[in-house]
Amino acid sequence: MSSKLRVNPIACKAHGLCAELFPERISLDDWGYPIVDPEPITGPLQVHAARAVAECPTVALLLARERKRA
Amino acid sequence: MSEPAAVLEPDPAGARGTLPRLLTGVRADGGPLSLDLHLRLHGSLAMVSRAGLIELVAASGLRGRGGAAFPTARKLEAVAAGRGRPVVVANGTEGEPASDKDKALLRWVPHLVLDGVSLAAAAVGAAEAIVVIGEGSRNERAVMEQALAERDARAPDRDVRISLAAAPDRFVAGEETALINFLNGGPAKPLFVPPRPFERGVGGAPTLVQNVETLAHLALIARYGAEWFRELGSDDEPGSALVTLSGGVRRPGVYEVGLGAAFRDIVIGAGGLSEPATALLVGGYFGGWIEARSALELSLLDADLAPHGIGLGARAVAVLPQGACGVVETARVARYLANESAGQCGPCVNGLDAIATSLERIAAGRADRSPEQILRWTSQVLGRGACKHPDGAVRFVESGLQVFSREFELHGHGRRCSGDGRTVLPVEVSR
Repeated sequence: MSSKLRVNPIACKAHGLCAELFPERISLDDWGYPIVDPEPITGPLQVHAARAVAECPTVALLLARERKRA
Repeated sequence: MSEPAAVLEPDPAGARGTLPRLLTGVRADGGPLSLDLHLRLHGSLAMVSRAGLIELVAASGLRGRGGAAFPTARKLEAVAAGRGRPVVVANGTEGEPASDKDKALLRWVPHLVLDGVSLAAAAVGAAEAIVVIGEGSRNERAVMEQALAERDARAPDRDVRISLAAAPDRFVAGEETALINFLNGGPAKPLFVPPRPFERGVGGAPTLVQNVETLAHLALIARYGAEWFRELGSDDEPGSALVTLSGGVRRPGVYEVGLGAAFRDIVIGAGGLSEPATALLVGGYFGGWIEARSALELSLLDADLAPHGIGLGARAVAVLPQGACGVVETARVARYLANESAGQCGPCVNGLDAIATSLERIAAGRADRSPEQILRWTSQVLGRGACKHPDGAVRFVESGLQVFSREFELHGHGRRCSGDGRTVLPVEVSR
């Protein structure tokens, strides 16, 4: 099982919490908006990803579960 | 400018196939073809079979002419397979300042567009269709209103109610989720997807959003067949297409050409270059610059432009004459696109504004950032909007930085290039 992070750029208001909580995969651009690493998230990193999603004040960070391709 | 400029010589190899198609019978005075004349030219729509229309479109290979070149048959299938009674939206908003071909179709051959609307509705099983035109296109709306009145008296649109709507004249208003948002009573701004319009569009119904040129082609394919359509163009990009030519040509305007036509011949068809050219802007403001001598050797196919990292979009082509400056033009369009951001997504709002500001400073000889620093921003912005507006804008900027690299260097060092101060590309800056 792996997951993928996605930002709703309309909802995002650059609070920046996600980059603090999940720096392994999220950095900020010059204006404070998140740049998300497109690589699927696996293993224990998924816990950090879920926490970043839960803490976003504008519910702009989404985590989609991906099924393994056959 | 110091780059060698292109001078045109006619190419003896003529175009193949028969033209015009869409523009058959267009009046010299630019007025609309009446329903009577339209029917005399193309025959009655009542004789056209609605059965198997999607298969016919699939066989024709028709692709959307609004810019994305998505296969029309696949879109029709997806909408027809959706849950609920579909709605058809004919997109005639054409917010791109360098493009006039959709407005030209609406004013010249309104019944060809309406035939396409009627057929598309039949193909997907829609009872309602909306033709959306820009607020400022008053002449086009008057023509369409009159055309609809003519049709009401003759009832060629058997099972569909066609209405008109006017959308704000903004660059992003024609983006398909922005259109849906607007028609549903919201602002004409893009939505976060999914759901896409074919899933949930107008009033929550599966919605077919199709450019008006695509629909006009559909009206001809239904009458003359898929093989006839394929007599022009390539296997993958068949048919004819409308091109809007502007800038340094003797007769700017809208022309119909076969896909695969050489840019050289397209320019010759518009009376030739008005003076030697340095570059062509291909694909409008979401397209890009190509140095003139290479561009004139290319043909009007996405496959031919792919190696340049450019798409044909809605086939707006602008010729940059020798006396104009590519740095200034790139900065002007970048500013226009930054101002036309819907203002919803941070990377687009902030990134495009910062890029445009730096380009404007370079153009004015007061550079505060190097092209490399601007390229860092363009790569940061790419892919980070809800719609493709920022992507189109940064690709345009990247092509300008590449094609006019020498001029950018001159401007960057505070030296003026040899441009004579005129501007060429149309930008309606709003804020």
